[in-house]
Amino acid sequence: MTDVKQIVNLKFTLNGKAVEVDCEAEETLAEVLRDRLNLTGTKISCEVQVCGACTVLVDGLPVSSCTLLAYEARGKNVTSIEGLAKPDGTLHPIQQAFIDEFAFQCGFCTPGMILAAKALLDENPKPSRDEIVHFMDGNICRCTGYVPIVRAIQKVAGTLESKHHK
Amino acid sequence: MMPLRRFTIDQPKSVKEAAEMLAHHGENGRLYAGGTELLLAMKHDLLRYEHLVDVKTVPDLNTISVGNNNLHIGATVTHRAVERSAEAREHCPVLVDMEHNVANVRVRATGTLGGNLCFAEPHSDPAALLLALGAHVHVAGKNGERKLNIDELIQGAYETAIAPDELMTGVDIPLAAKSRRAAYMKFQIKERPTLGLALVLDVDGGNIKSARAVVGSISPKPARSDQVDKILAGSRADVEKRLADAAQELAKVADPVDDLEGSAEYKRHLVGVFLKRAFIKALS
Ligand SMILES: Cc1cc2nc3c(=O)[nH]c(=O)nc-3n(C[C@H](O)[C@H](O)[C@H](O)COP(=O)(O)OP(=O)(O)OC[C@H]3O[C@@H](n4cnc5c(N)ncnc54)[C@H](O)[C@@H]3O)c2cc1C
Repeated sequence: MTDVKQIVNLKFTLNGKAVEVDCEAEETLAEVLRDRLNLTGTKISCEVQVCGACTVLVDGLPVSSCTLLAYEARGKNVTSIEGLAKPDGTLHPIQQAFIDEFAFQCGFCTPGMILAAKALLDENPKPSRDEIVHFMDGNICRCTGYVPIVRAIQKVAGTLESKHHK
Repeated sequence: MMPLRRFTIDQPKSVKEAAEMLAHHGENGRLYAGGTELLLAMKHDLLRYEHLVDVKTVPDLNTISVGNNNLHIGATVTHRAVERSAEAREHCPVLVDMEHNVANVRVRATGTLGGNLCFAEPHSDPAALLLALGAHVHVAGKNGERKLNIDELIQGAYETAIAPDELMTGVDIPLAAKSRRAAYMKFQIKERPTLGLALVLDVDGGNIKSARAVVGSISPKPARSDQVDKILAGSRADVEKRLADAAQELAKVADPVDDLEGSAEYKRHLVGVFLKRAFIKALS
């Protein structure tokens, strides 16, 4: 077997800023984010596009960064969990709602959950409960169960019934 | 899990160039679309390629268009793009319904219809529905273009009629006639469907002029037979009485086996349940 190394000079927008990084063709987006750009908020778990822990947004769409090649980010807009809070530390409304509704325990699935929720709310600001469940169905949480997660999303959408509302 | 082994990525600018690159690399190369299947298999070291040919850099393969008789979907159109397509919703609503429930939102955003069909993984929703709809795929290579129906394309589990130096350029799906009623329903508790049932009927009042039923995911390739379709044609009331016979016959053609998805007996039972549900849904 020959062993041809192909360096990809990647230029893309990451969390609103232009970045340029060299990587090898076979590197995944998660590897580049975590190992080359030191953004470890993106978690790697199942590695087979099932659990959603590694979810990031590429041009607004959720993808499994554990399997997507970094090469696919060229020229695109990538959002990782580090891009959500404001520079002054103010959390994104979805992050705040996850805290308020106790929507996590260990927190490992949370970055992926929050980014998936962001993708949903960006395209459908007032999703029904069924629409939330269908969209979030590919993000797995092994601690809380899904009720508080769905509630957190409903809260941001302004559709949480008042009896649950604090 | 192992990181991916080293490979290079080629960026063809035309179908012809892609075919030439594939021919040049021989068994060291493979066409690459969304990578949702290919990269998984490579991560598991089940497949090894030194060169990936990125079909997405070929222009015009990612479009959906409406012709006189067909809805055309380019090979690199993602599941999500089909799910969101106004043309697909208007001209083939059952396709949009099916795509809405393929995999999870991330795989839908990355995985392509072409990649799904060309991998020929037996648990495919599109393969079953497109067979029932009478769709064709276009395949191009150095010797020109060919047209294959889904039954010709998919030869068995992970086996297609596409040569290593050919690529699929798109799918043509006959436009929905006013008299067409179609439904696709699946049973799924894992990542991939356990069983999918596609039913396409041509109706005239209370009469079913013709029918095409396909069961997917319970056999190496989607299964159907003329015999089953004959049982499903006739007056609606008569067909309703014969649904169990049709299901039994369809299960016989599919010939399911015991596996982790369930026993063969259970799957045969599901064929009956889902044929009935699809029948009700198609005519509702
Ligand atoms: C977690 C998970 C859940 C899933 N659930 C479902 C489900 O519920 N239902 C379902 O039907 N499917 C399901 N799938 C399968 C999914 O639909 C496919 O992974 C996807 O469509 C493959 O497309 P791709 O573009 O990523 O293909 P790739 O991985 O890029 O390619 C797959 C294969 O097809 C070949 N290929 C790709 N494009 C072409 C072309 N134009 N011409 C010739 N050969 C080509 C490649 O060489 C490769 O061998 C699931 C997959 C995953 C990972």
